[in-house]
Amino acid sequence: MAKVELHNLRKSFGSAEVLSDINLSIKDGEFLTLVGPSGCGKSTLIRIIAGLEPQTSGSISIDDQSIDHLRPHERRVAMVFQSYALYPHMSVFSNIALPLTMTALNLYERLPLIKLLSPRRRKIMKQIGEEVKAIAAQLQIEPLLGRKPAQLSGGQRQRVALGRAMVRHPAAFLMDEPLSNLDAKLRVHMRSELAELHQRLGSTFIYVTHDQVEAMTMSDRVAMMDAGKILQLGTPDELYARPANIKVAQFIGSPTINLLPARVGQDGQVELSGKPLPIRANLTEGSNITIGIRPEALQPEIVTHTLPHQASLPVHLRRSEHLGSEKILYFGVPDVEDLTVTSRVAASVPDASLKITNLAFDPSACHLFDGNGERIEVAAVASGRQSANIDKRFLPTGSHVS
Amino acid sequence: MSTVAVPMMSAPPGRRQAVMERIMAAGFALPALLLLLLTILVPLGVLAYLSFTDYELGAVDVNYVGLSNITSALTDPTFRRALTNTLIYVAIVLPGSVILSLLVAVLVHRRKRTRSLYEIIYFLPVTSTFIAMATVWQFVLHPSLGPISAALRWLGIGEIAFLSDPSLALPTLAVIGIWQLIGFNMVLFLAGLSTIPKDLYEAAEIDGCGGEIDRFMTITWPLLGPTTMFVIVTSSITAFKVFDTVAVLTHGGPGGSTEVLLYDIYLEGFQYFRMAYAAVLTFIFLIFILVFSILQTVVMDRKVHY
Repeated sequence: MAKVELHNLRKSFGSAEVLSDINLSIKDGEFLTLVGPSGCGKSTLIRIIAGLEPQTSGSISIDDQSIDHLRPHERRVAMVFQSYALYPHMSVFSNIALPLTMTALNLYERLPLIKLLSPRRRKIMKQIGEEVKAIAAQLQIEPLLGRKPAQLSGGQRQRVALGRAMVRHPAAFLMDEPLSNLDAKLRVHMRSELAELHQRLGSTFIYVTHDQVEAMTMSDRVAMMDAGKILQLGTPDELYARPANIKVAQFIGSPTINLLPARVGQDGQVELSGKPLPIRANLTEGSNITIGIRPEALQPEIVTHTLPHQASLPVHLRRSEHLGSEKILYFGVPDVEDLTVTSRVAASVPDASLKITNLAFDPSACHLFDGNGERIEVAAVASGRQSANIDKRFLPTGSHVS
Repeated sequence: MSTVAVPMMSAPPGRRQAVMERIMAAGFALPALLLLLLTILVPLGVLAYLSFTDYELGAVDVNYVGLSNITSALTDPTFRRALTNTLIYVAIVLPGSVILSLLVAVLVHRRKRTRSLYEIIYFLPVTSTFIAMATVWQFVLHPSLGPISAALRWLGIGEIAFLSDPSLALPTLAVIGIWQLIGFNMVLFLAGLSTIPKDLYEAAEIDGCGGEIDRFMTITWPLLGPTTMFVIVTSSITAFKVFDTVAVLTHGGPGGSTEVLLYDIYLEGFQYFRMAYAAVLTFIFLIFILVFSILQTVVMDRKVHY
């Protein structure tokens, strides 16, 4: 149990800066996920917290005590690696017991043959054995204790790696993409198991992933990183509903958010392909902006029966993907080549009605981003909002349309 | 009405294909088999045959003498001394070369920029012909002219005749043997070291193996198990085959103190022309090599695999 704080953390390899000025405060018992594309510095950050890599400047503290001068095993943190990093020559039991034997026994008691001379060792090993068994029982890997890592499946190895981390009762768990070596089905399963484990242990978890689904489903808070900076820190909901940056908007959410090039016209009126939308932005006339609309906020006319306050975009269907409960529709926009607009609708929407249609959207569902990709607030939605007359049959499950 | 002609064959098509495949397979294996026969099995057969005869190089007729060659080999004091000397030589060279090369490999592995330089330096003795290097060694070890003696004189120990003192000659050759082997073993260990994943060391560091000894004992040494086994077997075979240092530097002397198995075989066969006797000694030599090789396969399969 501990809160972990990072102050002005920087890291550079030679002249290349991989982390610049990271400030992060992770609460006691929080599940914080560092998410971002590969090379964004998230793994480097977790390795610095673990003590495997020194920071160039800045400091890290656990429970208000600086740990910068401490070696990895003195930091009260445990790490789970992407490759699991199990010791291949040791049994599962020895793998889990190692952190304990290393601290409880002295060098002589660990040397081959000489260790047999110590009577103290036998007593300690018995205690350790009981502790390992208790951990194994929690993770349901008791029958595997005698096996070697090579004889285990990916999921089992994952549990052993977790066990090795848990046995130390660390202040914080550091996890570096622990699920990415598992197959898709097992990954989903381990995701919920990890989340449950976090609830049961109540420890602080710092979790690194490049998978936005993992970040969204497991975390209390998510820190989205890119190019060595934290772009946005917030709850999964906040990141989804109010992305602070165009990169956050693109990274979070599946299918990816639609990004439409637009410009600011007279009086801040936002114009999409020359046609004014009923929203305003506080930018000078002629500024280029990008409108982001989530696929579920873009609905074909057949679903929404266009309402006066809604904006619409004329499109033609290129492709539709049937996912069982829902459909992902890919539309082309006339006059804008290479632009594909995605819409998520219920599976019951017939393709025939979509050949040439209008995609209607609530202007308030638009996210506006300026030329630098930063979020700009919608200054005003032109017409008064009414409750939309939406055909609920055609809405995808879990979509929020107000 | 149309009929479909069913071809009548002696064997169903599936079986015929299987036979064809077998013939093909045998055909592909044939050249290798012939080479194996010509270069290894037939010579071995000839060697076995010679062991039971009194053949001498250039002799016109050959007589069958039964086991008399073998019994005389087992009672021959020269052969016994050669065998003992060889085993002593192996006993010094094996641990010396394995431990030192492991140490060198661990140290060289950590160098980043200078690594290849050290690799070349340690590997040089392997690439150079020993006959040429022998001149250098003869000079280095020379009792009055060599630098080692000069250093010993300066330290007040006095001259030591490394190669002409019967009690020192064999250990001196063993030291040269270690020098010859270190580079090769180091390369093998380096290859082994580079297969150890880096994150194992990191995991170990988090788990409390902060010190060098702990890291070596928990990760490096156990994971080098297969490499070490291989190095031990190849080193013992190489050490067992010691010949060039003896032939060039001591000629088995002084007083037979450096006579080794291969040198004894060479003398019997090519100096005294007693080919049949040399064949018996060669057979005994091969048995030793075979034991080492079997040891390798058995231990490699059972113990060091994980």
